[in-house]
Amino acid sequence: MPGLEDLYREIILDHYRSPRNRGELPVPPATRVEGFNPLCGDEIVIFLSVANGAVEDIRIGGQGCSISQSSASMMSAVVKDKTVAEVHRLTNAFKAMMSIHVGGDDHGDALPDPDVKLGDLEALQGVVKFPVRIKCATLSWNTLAQAIDEAMASEDP
Amino acid sequence: MSHSLDVAAVKADFPILDREVHGGRLIYLDSANTSQKPRAVLAAMEHYYANSNANVHRGTYLIAEEATNALEEARAKVARFIGAPASQEVVFTKNATESLNLVAKAWGRANLRAGDVVVLTELEHHANIVPWHQLHDELGIELRWLPITADGHLDLTEVDRIIDGAKVVSFAATSNVLGTMLPVRRLVDAAHQAGAIAVVDASQHVPHAATNVAAWGADFVAFTGHKMLGPTGIGVLWGTSEILEATPPFLSGGEMILNVTKEGFTTNDIPWKFEAGTPAIAEAIGLGAAVDYLEGLGMDAVREHEVSLTGYALRTLAERFGEDLCVHGPADAAERGGVMSFTFKNLHPHDLTQVFDQHGVCVRAGHHCAKPLMRVLGVAATARASLYVYNDEADVDALADAIAAAADFFSF
Ligand SMILES: Cc1ncc(COP(=O)(O)O)c(C=O)c1O
Repeated sequence: MPGLEDLYREIILDHYRSPRNRGELPVPPATRVEGFNPLCGDEIVIFLSVANGAVEDIRIGGQGCSISQSSASMMSAVVKDKTVAEVHRLTNAFKAMMSIHVGGDDHGDALPDPDVKLGDLEALQGVVKFPVRIKCATLSWNTLAQAIDEAMASEDP
Repeated sequence: MSHSLDVAAVKADFPILDREVHGGRLIYLDSANTSQKPRAVLAAMEHYYANSNANVHRGTYLIAEEATNALEEARAKVARFIGAPASQEVVFTKNATESLNLVAKAWGRANLRAGDVVVLTELEHHANIVPWHQLHDELGIELRWLPITADGHLDLTEVDRIIDGAKVVSFAATSNVLGTMLPVRRLVDAAHQAGAIAVVDASQHVPHAATNVAAWGADFVAFTGHKMLGPTGIGVLWGTSEILEATPPFLSGGEMILNVTKEGFTTNDIPWKFEAGTPAIAEAIGLGAAVDYLEGLGMDAVREHEVSLTGYALRTLAERFGEDLCVHGPADAAERGGVMSFTFKNLHPHDLTQVFDQHGVCVRAGHHCAKPLMRVLGVAATARASLYVYNDEADVDALADAIAAAADFFSF
């Protein structure tokens, strides 16, 4: 039986207690997207600014459990200054770690790249043993994907 | 005649309470979500399948007649249990959600037009909100909301003004989040005064306190079998004969017709006109057995037990956690059902209940299908412990220990 320590690694609790990149960005120019976890009522708000095909800045708002909040916090730290293509690779790698099959998306990289380094995010690996929590961990990533799509759409003339 | 509940004997009637989870006792505190089932209910369903399984209202042979009688006997038990003047006023549905959809979609579509007002309260379950939202989109009806006070009661100060001119007033008898018991008779009267019909979502009331739909004077009352010791897949819509006769069918097909020709159809009598297709026969029989079981305990004894145990829980939580733990809703156990939604420090309910699970304590975390209420309370989610006939003080103590363990684990 998986124990609580498998789920709540110290680094997760650290990001939960002191979340990175909390706050807002002025909209516009930033894009604001909300995500919901219908299971537990968690709400996340992502403020994203994309410039020259890369994440220029990101802020996180909303409320949620330690898993969704720490996942969002770690995500915000890792995607800053990454190109949109790199963010897609990270997203795929993260979802693969969550045992979510990511194939055939329209960005051309169906299989997660083994070279993608998830860093701190690997602490969330234990979530897989608690299947109802996978949605908590992926909420911010799904919301980010939507924010990127919206930001790119408004960037393209 | 008042006799108190022998909880140890009740516990022994529920086989699931014997099982172990994570190496300990199963402590089930989620009955507002769904209740556990006593052996008598399981036995009644098995007996039906093993002895009388046949389709109802169709067969001309012995076991078909037995099946039909068993189904109709279950209907009569439910009718008696809720004080319905007649058995045929009890419509079997799948659950409370279907019952409320029947009201909105069948009665509502036939009787409401653009601009008509439907009044709800801020503490409704989504099952009593979303069907009306759909009618708003479809017909252009308007929704008005009766507010709640800071301590989780319905705010009665402006009730008559808000209800004035409405066509429907639809509300929960007991809140599934706050435990608040609403003044049903007062709201029904206000609705009728305004010329509106009164619809009561009694999903959290019928299982926990004596119910008399005639004394309420409502037009429709909806509830669900699985929260009152019955199986899933069976719910009830009670309506006055008058309103049921005047309401067109909801689903259609077999069972609900008197005659069908190439040109059209005529509907069956109530309640069968609302029961299209083969009904949930075994489930209805199981619900009848649940009613027998509850009547055996006595609904006054059930209510007395819950008031006393809720009082114990509120005191225990206050003594052990003080200001760190906030229970939403009325402070007085006598004014509420055994549903306690709480927040603890700044720990998220989902994290709390994850720790509870390791201790065998089953408590729901989330928005409890009442997102508008969550917004009013200013929280995204709560943890909700709910009590029923098989819970005792040891279960409440186990909850308190699990809260302490969570505080410890997260060292907040
Ligand atoms: C107040 C209330 N209304 C309606 C429902 C819906 O019940 P069901 O899911 O059985 O349709 C519930 C239960 O979740 C409830 O608590």
